[in-house]
Amino acid sequence: MQRIGVFVCHCGSNIAATVDVKAVAEAAKHESGVVFSADYQYMCSESGQDLIKDMIKEHKLTGIVVCSCSPRMHENTFCKAAAAGGLNPYMVEIANIREQCSWIHKDMPSATAKAIVLVRSAIAKVTLNAPLTAGTSPVTKRALVIGGGIAGIQTALDIADAGFEVDIVEKEPTIGGKMAQIDKTFPTLDCAACILTPKMVEAAQNDKIRIFSYSEVSAVKGFVGNFTVTIKRKARYVKEDLCTGCGLCTEKCPQKKVPNEFNLGLDNRRAIYIPFAQAIPKIATIDPDYCTMLKSGKCGVCSKVCSAGAIDYQAKDEFIDVNYGAIVAATGFNPIKVDKYDEFAYAQSPDVVTSLEYERLMNAAGPTGGTLLRPSDRTHPHTIVFVQCVGSRESEDSTKCGKSYCSKICCMYTAKHAMLTREKYPDTDVYVFYIDVRTPGKSFDEFYRRAVEQYGVHYIKGMVGKVTPEGGKLKVQASDLIAGKQLHIDADMVVLAAAIEPDKTARPLATLLTASMDTNDFFTEAHPKLRPVESPTAGVFLSGACQGPKDIPETVAQAGAAASKVIGLLAKDHLVCNPCVANANEMLCSGCSQCEKVCPYGAITYSYKEFRMPDRTTKLRLVASVNAAVCQGCGACTVTCPSGAMDLKGFSNKQIMAEVDAICK
Amino acid sequence: MQKVMIERAAELLSSGKVNRVLGWRAGLFAHDNTPSVFTDAADLQANFVYNEFCGANLSKYLVKESDKEGTVAVFLKPCDTYSFNQLIAEHKIKRDNVYAIGVQCNGMKDVNDREKLEERCASCKSRKHVAYDELIGESGEILDSNRFDMVEKLENMTSEERFEFWRGELSRCVRCNACRNVCPACTCEKCIFDNPDSGSANKAPADPFEENLFHIIRAFHVAGRCTDCGECSRVCPENIPLHLLNRKFIKDINELYGEYQAGETVNERGPLVNYTQGDAEPSVVYERGNS
Amino acid sequence: MQMNDNTFRPKIVAFCCNWCSYAGADLAGTNRLNYPADVKIIRVPCSCRVNPTFVLRAFGRGADGVIICGCHPGDCHYTSGNYYARRRMTLLFSMLDYLGIERERTRVEWVSAAEGAKFAQTMNSFVETVTKLGKNKRLEDLRCKK
Repeated sequence: MQRIGVFVCHCGSNIAATVDVKAVAEAAKHESGVVFSADYQYMCSESGQDLIKDMIKEHKLTGIVVCSCSPRMHENTFCKAAAAGGLNPYMVEIANIREQCSWIHKDMPSATAKAIVLVRSAIAKVTLNAPLTAGTSPVTKRALVIGGGIAGIQTALDIADAGFEVDIVEKEPTIGGKMAQIDKTFPTLDCAACILTPKMVEAAQNDKIRIFSYSEVSAVKGFVGNFTVTIKRKARYVKEDLCTGCGLCTEKCPQKKVPNEFNLGLDNRRAIYIPFAQAIPKIATIDPDYCTMLKSGKCGVCSKVCSAGAIDYQAKDEFIDVNYGAIVAATGFNPIKVDKYDEFAYAQSPDVVTSLEYERLMNAAGPTGGTLLRPSDRTHPHTIVFVQCVGSRESEDSTKCGKSYCSKICCMYTAKHAMLTREKYPDTDVYVFYIDVRTPGKSFDEFYRRAVEQYGVHYIKGMVGKVTPEGGKLKVQASDLIAGKQLHIDADMVVLAAAIEPDKTARPLATLLTASMDTNDFFTEAHPKLRPVESPTAGVFLSGACQGPKDIPETVAQAGAAASKVIGLLAKDHLVCNPCVANANEMLCSGCSQCEKVCPYGAITYSYKEFRMPDRTTKLRLVASVNAAVCQGCGACTVTCPSGAMDLKGFSNKQIMAEVDAICK
Repeated sequence: MQKVMIERAAELLSSGKVNRVLGWRAGLFAHDNTPSVFTDAADLQANFVYNEFCGANLSKYLVKESDKEGTVAVFLKPCDTYSFNQLIAEHKIKRDNVYAIGVQCNGMKDVNDREKLEERCASCKSRKHVAYDELIGESGEILDSNRFDMVEKLENMTSEERFEFWRGELSRCVRCNACRNVCPACTCEKCIFDNPDSGSANKAPADPFEENLFHIIRAFHVAGRCTDCGECSRVCPENIPLHLLNRKFIKDINELYGEYQAGETVNERGPLVNYTQGDAEPSVVYERGNS
Repeated sequence: MQMNDNTFRPKIVAFCCNWCSYAGADLAGTNRLNYPADVKIIRVPCSCRVNPTFVLRAFGRGADGVIICGCHPGDCHYTSGNYYARRRMTLLFSMLDYLGIERERTRVEWVSAAEGAKFAQTMNSFVETVTKLGKNKRLEDLRCKK
């Protein structure tokens, strides 16, 4: 039998002015199980808390109800007081008779009557409370960063800086990501390689950081603090420990017709290649789709020229398991495919390029050595039209695979492109067609205005209707919304600011991590305002554009924020779990797995267990079990479970029904 | 049909491919064929029956049978195969222990009026077998059924008329639990109605109010999982049209969350363990036509 | 609860999620926004914790109206809980309506922690609606055919 103590707080006059606290305390005395009931001026004060401690001892209380302000205010205070009095802190219930009673009702009799019902309901609940103990789980002090772009690199560097081991898994042969392909960065116009490559080198040289390049995450098990990740190291056909990165093989390889993805297919590379000069790790990789030796067994040139003996045609994919305490997703973005936009003639003319292609055409290490030339005839373009918002801010029902969101970075990089073009080639006419120019950000609007005012870029509000390749030119038909007229421009090049979308690997990765995504395949954050770098899945953090479109400064800031969250987690030896978690009664569970499907955290797993039957035989049955370290206690599973096998500690079916009964009595 | 089925069953038994056959056994009267397990050819010859009074959905019996040693052969009518899939999806049937034989069905007759088809067969949703290892007879197509007509008719009544209709029907309930016991979706280890700890148990009809809740809770528990096999209404001794409760959920689900047929595949995520961000708000209930 | 002998006062059970609506109710209190004392709140971690059985239980024990409040869609503390609750309650309420129970006795509202005023308004209008309907007799009468 429970021995319940009830404490009714006056809260000065906050409660006592409208609720007859003496009557409430008196009414509580008559409830079943109540052995002590009293009112007090301020329950949250030192002496109020002492009263709780003393009465627990004096009356051997097994549970207490405090009738006071909202539990959101002082539940913790009273739980601590109860614990100090020797009671399990989860044997405390709060009846909210201030915010939800005395403050909203003016009439004393009705407020008092309601307060009595609320107290009764809390007593009914606490009678069914069970002592709970918060469990702990150990933390593996190593982090995994998935994606080796600027977001991943920065996160890894910051985590390593705090003294923790961190691994980067990058699917490409080198880290660096999109930033490595960029020429200059807005708004300061420093060269991307100049600021990125030192960070890449720093990551490579840091003894806390391991880089798994040309690798992918293929399986994730475990939970916060205790992940086990299977990393697939794709066969590179080059021994990483032997290759010196001299690059001789990449010059001698006879297969010259491989589209160079680093330059977005604007030129070719060999079948054995190093993506770019500053690649990290600087190790050659054989492209199995093009290597004639791997495909037909005839060639072997690279093996012959390699003095280090690093070539290994027999290499196989390797799988390694590593334990981590935290995982950071930094999978980044890609421009969308713009082939479907027939009006812009991207597929018809090589002189219609995306902004990232334009970036390569401007880059000194790009296919044209930094001289701006038209891809079709390698002549200098004199009129260039930039089209904004290609695939961004499209209506939801658009069929063109466009996106409803704003890609955020296009306005600024287009201003940059326009400015750089005018600076290098003042004889070039540059037009920018836009819906709006969006330049919130430090020094962003100044930058855009410089493009217009100082560099004479023609900004025209309106969209391009059609681009027609004709006689070596691109006939651009567009509208000028402000002048209210149609424009016809004979352009030499058209540059499309393609929308950006999350990398295709993000969706399967989210499934592995049981991290949630929005409809656009961006990772969702635990709270859009207050927990922007955490995934709702405990122990999984978000860095960079995988969470939403971002420019470099924002990405770096978020990378640092994600790192600090990881550091905060790894700095703990043990994690204390919320004890109010779901719990499956195995005797009742019939293994239907409905609950597993609604769990947002992947906390529920199924396994066969042996049960002794009444006839002394044993039976194998599939039953659910909840990982208390992962469960956050939402209760979605409890309602999905038809047999009532799944229940939530602290908010059990019986407890809630008891509250309902007490209220409806 | 029956002859071919008996021969095939005997063959499966003698070849050792299966050690039991789940089928229908002839009863005392022409219409009371009951589910039964056969283990030898003589028994099959003498008692196995397949005619228009084999309405019983055998898939539920596989929950126990597929848990035993060896393989069990089972005859499944098209609508039974939906329950079969659904039970596999819920890990209730061990598929490896079952040899499923789809059998053609031309509709079952109503035991109360033997000239007529059962209501559920008159509004048959599918003649297609969605799961089987082999077929005897033809597998048909998913039909354009009029099964929601009665639900619609009720929806178009006023609230008072609906209340009177259901009062008339539900007041006959004797709480025999047959609807639950026969339901292939009701396969919990322990039903909440039998579990004193659940807060919903009450065996004796002590409180008429809780009796009403029984039917609502039962229908809700199978919502999104109910394949509309119609067994609940078939077995009700008071002929309460219980399937109209289940069909209401199915109709709502189809209209609000997109067409969904439980048991059509094994892997699909049911409508109640799924969501979209743009789902209808609960207020859609108030906004619908009449009151 | 009978305030005086003649006026009907409804019994209203409000399930509020801990993160948004319960906080919204607290805010209504902090701002001294009045709503009838007939409303009694039960705190649940998330609207998805509300089992249809609880709603039916409340009606079974004499409640005249049941309202479920949760975070706005998209704002769930647990990311998806209110989406499940939305489907469950839509279907449950539709079923009650189908059985001829007054549909106005049930409601779902999304109330954020900042919407104290909305909480109070919601409760005022709900109590008003349910008071007009009077005592919840139908569910009880469903089986008692004379």
